[in-house]
Amino acid sequence: MDEAHGSVIKVSGPLVVARGLTGARMYEMVRVGEARLFGEIIEIRDDDYSIQVYEETEGIGPGQPVWRTGEPLSVELGPGLIRSIYDGVQRPLDALQKDFGDYVVRGAERPALDRTRQWTFSPAVRTGAEVATGDVLGTVQESKLVLHKIMVPHGKTGKVVKIAPVAGNVDTEIAVLETPKGNISITMVQRWPVRQSRPVARKLMPTFPLVTGQRVIDMFFPMAQGGTACVPGPFGSGKTVVQHQLAKWADAQIIVYVGCGERGNEMTDVLMEFPSLKDPSSGEALMERTVLVANTSNMPVAAREASVFTGIAIAEYFRDMGYSVALMADSTSRWAEAMREISGRLEEMPGEEGYPAYLGSRIASFYERAGNVICLGSDKRRASVSIIGAVSPPGGDLSEPVVQATLRVVKVYWGLDDKLAFARHFPAINWLASYSLYQDIVDANADSQIAVDWSEIRTRAMALLQQEAELEELVRLVGVDSLAADDRILMQTARMIREDFLHQNAFDDRDTYTSPGKQYNLLSLILHYYDHARSALENGASLDNLMKLTILDEVARAKLIPEEDRDQFDHLKRRMTSDIRALLPNA
Amino acid sequence: MAAIAREYRTVRQITGPLMLVEGVEGVTYGELTDIKLTDGGIRRGRVLEVSGDMALVQVFEGTSGLAPQDVKIKFLGKGLEIGVSQDMLGRVFDGFGYPIDDGPSIIPEKYLNVNGNPMNPYARDYPNEFIQTGISTIDLLNTLVRGQKLPLFSGSGLPHSRLAAQIARQATVLRTGEKFAVVFAAMGITFEESEFFVADFRRTGAIERSVLFINLADGPPIERLSLPRTALTTAEFLAFEKNMHVLVILTDMTNYCEALREISAARREVPGRRGYPGYLYTDLSTIYERAGRIKGKTGSITQIPVLTMPEDDKTHPIPDLTGYITEGQIVVHRGLHAQGIYPPVDVLPSLSRLKDKGIGEGKTREDHADVMNQLYSAYARGKEAKELAVVLGESALSEEDILFVKFSDAFENRLVCQGEDENRTIEESLGIGWELLGMLPKGQLKRVRDAFVEKYYPKP
Repeated sequence: MDEAHGSVIKVSGPLVVARGLTGARMYEMVRVGEARLFGEIIEIRDDDYSIQVYEETEGIGPGQPVWRTGEPLSVELGPGLIRSIYDGVQRPLDALQKDFGDYVVRGAERPALDRTRQWTFSPAVRTGAEVATGDVLGTVQESKLVLHKIMVPHGKTGKVVKIAPVAGNVDTEIAVLETPKGNISITMVQRWPVRQSRPVARKLMPTFPLVTGQRVIDMFFPMAQGGTACVPGPFGSGKTVVQHQLAKWADAQIIVYVGCGERGNEMTDVLMEFPSLKDPSSGEALMERTVLVANTSNMPVAAREASVFTGIAIAEYFRDMGYSVALMADSTSRWAEAMREISGRLEEMPGEEGYPAYLGSRIASFYERAGNVICLGSDKRRASVSIIGAVSPPGGDLSEPVVQATLRVVKVYWGLDDKLAFARHFPAINWLASYSLYQDIVDANADSQIAVDWSEIRTRAMALLQQEAELEELVRLVGVDSLAADDRILMQTARMIREDFLHQNAFDDRDTYTSPGKQYNLLSLILHYYDHARSALENGASLDNLMKLTILDEVARAKLIPEEDRDQFDHLKRRMTSDIRALLPNA
Repeated sequence: MAAIAREYRTVRQITGPLMLVEGVEGVTYGELTDIKLTDGGIRRGRVLEVSGDMALVQVFEGTSGLAPQDVKIKFLGKGLEIGVSQDMLGRVFDGFGYPIDDGPSIIPEKYLNVNGNPMNPYARDYPNEFIQTGISTIDLLNTLVRGQKLPLFSGSGLPHSRLAAQIARQATVLRTGEKFAVVFAAMGITFEESEFFVADFRRTGAIERSVLFINLADGPPIERLSLPRTALTTAEFLAFEKNMHVLVILTDMTNYCEALREISAARREVPGRRGYPGYLYTDLSTIYERAGRIKGKTGSITQIPVLTMPEDDKTHPIPDLTGYITEGQIVVHRGLHAQGIYPPVDVLPSLSRLKDKGIGEGKTREDHADVMNQLYSAYARGKEAKELAVVLGESALSEEDILFVKFSDAFENRLVCQGEDENRTIEESLGIGWELLGMLPKGQLKRVRDAFVEKYYPKP
């Protein structure tokens, strides 16, 4: 890489134009200038190659050298990904800090997978086995939670002529394949171009819920494994807390968290908090299943554009091993703005609000990389990638292009509402505006596995919330006292659904996660009040007494009942029945 | 970069603050230039774009009075740098770091590029140390922590300058034995505003541990673009090399953004919302994200940017994009100001995102979080009842509503309102909080744990 291939002719911010790179392809990676900055070819016109540079270009000028690498922007995949924190082009931020100091300096480079770490490889096939792309050759215990499967790389087929248990770093040869083109050596590491989706045998419809432990999500607007969701909301409405909660509690086996153009301190929060949090199903630290990609807002904008692809390529790699993977991208608006900025520098014809005309197709092709699939490989393992993208619309205006382009492709919409956030109702997911198109899948599962009337109570609760919204209009005009008695009970129940069920404190140790079973108990307890209070009212009980039942204070605290004491809900229900019966005139 | 400085007389075009120079060689992006005028005067500029043998140069002091044939331009072979030193404390500088207070020039300890490098997220330490500002609405309800960036969202004619000055004065006297500094960055503010700060810093002696960077409203707009970067480079030096806790006040970010728009328009870039460039978010983030703490270092940078929202509109691109980057906001409210309440902080839309990690036992007091939540919810309820009374008349309010209305009035007059020189400890603020909660029956305090109600609820 010492002889330069071409030279710079123009520099404008992160956009550099070079000449003399004959033979270079679109999206090939190049190194620019004496500082050897990372860049990617994004336009070719005759002999002029436009390069988006991932680092600050100060000091670059015409005449400086440009080197080709012959390869598109790619990620390194192999043991060592878990627990890592990368920037948008997969540079390991921990190693950079160790070797280059507290600031990310230009041209700094370290291998994405640590070459000093030792891994133990156990074979899963024997010599003589015929293998093809995606077949698992063996495994490496990468972290307490993740058994890393070493697969036959893309496009390779052959007979295993050598394989044995070995220990060594990721570059260690673990097997030799005999192919028609001669023998090839397989190591623990492979590379993949990030802008290309990793192939699968077949895509399937999502069939299982992705349980998140968040009541408003699991009960009312559920997510499916392999599905897509978006969380739009103005600043201060709690997007990042929602994303963090999902990264913590979603029952996926692998979490890829992409901090795309957001705050540095938020990534620090994740880094400091995750190692101390325990996964509810395995009891291990959450960090043991997490990969972080952090390209904060002040880091170079071109690397921000790449960060989303880096994240999804890593997610797909773990999916190919047969895992259910969830990817959180916070925030896709910053990603879209990075596209806009680069497009502006290329002097492309702008579409809506200055965004490039291909905004919609880029967003769609990103979300399309989610899915429930049958992986390549002879064992036909099933796996999924779910994508949850945060969107930060300017001024909270949902008609802007990024939100609209996103809503056209995602199946779940959790609309955050700043009015709810001001009232300190978190998560501030607006229950009247949000939707999930996976409701049927989740209902089918929950009705058979949790409770037969899961979907029924959900529908009833939602209807109460809708009626409350209508009644509220009326209350605003005429005051609450003029409502009919049964409407007062309805208002009271809806308030309980809001405050005692939907409201969930992410910072409370016990409230932060609620299992679907307990969610059902809680909501059914609230509806139990509604049914009994209404019938008591018809039988002559006084409204005042029904509204002031002391047991309601216990319902308000029921969300803090520990998961293991769920029989308390039955006690509460029975006591509520008798307390209400005691209010009847003939009692 | 070429070592020799090169001089050219080949300016071909002048548009707004931009100059196009032809036939240049070895010029690099971001390089600084000296522009020599025929009368011997020198202006400074920076390369914005270089293409072949043409360089587009942005002139910092503006191009008025320049003629292409008269100008000699020299490329200096380096980016915008500032010489920093601990002796900068107590001094006043312009946006490029040149002293403007008639004092001696600074002997730099080192030269630093003003653009800095992005802090490695892995190197950051989480901000969780409480800063006492002595202002109840901040300390008690929107707690500021070291390393946070918390802007004041204000409007024209509101007392944000007085509030910022009060924070600067009071926030820096916490524990003994720690070194504090204030870096004050003023962009495009008027002489009167600037004089207010300087006089206030002098009056209280704060000037001794402050570095002031001032660009007045009649100064060159382009200086406004480099000023916050110069100021933050100085702050980083003081914080991470001299182990100081630095509070940076940036005022007024609206002027900064207007200057950015002015340059963008002159370059004929595709405008984003309201004519601001599409990269406004990225640009602002390279300023705001320079707040923080670093693992293993004693010092910290805390930022209080001040911005005046055009038409008090929070959805305007400047406050909107700021809010997406900063860790919360303190909203200064016109209605409260009109009621004569100082500081007129509207606590409902205000927020400190990092407060949860900076409060509680060992940091402030065990009951802080509960008291805060309870005050919020009671105040919100009172405000709601008041709105209802406007529509339906006071007679429509229930007894409970009337109690909350009284509470919210007392909240504004007793807790929000305080003197400009009144420096309340967190204990005092919590005390006022409990005094207000004492107006409500114990049964209404649903967000406070029973043990704290027992311990702190005012005894009759």
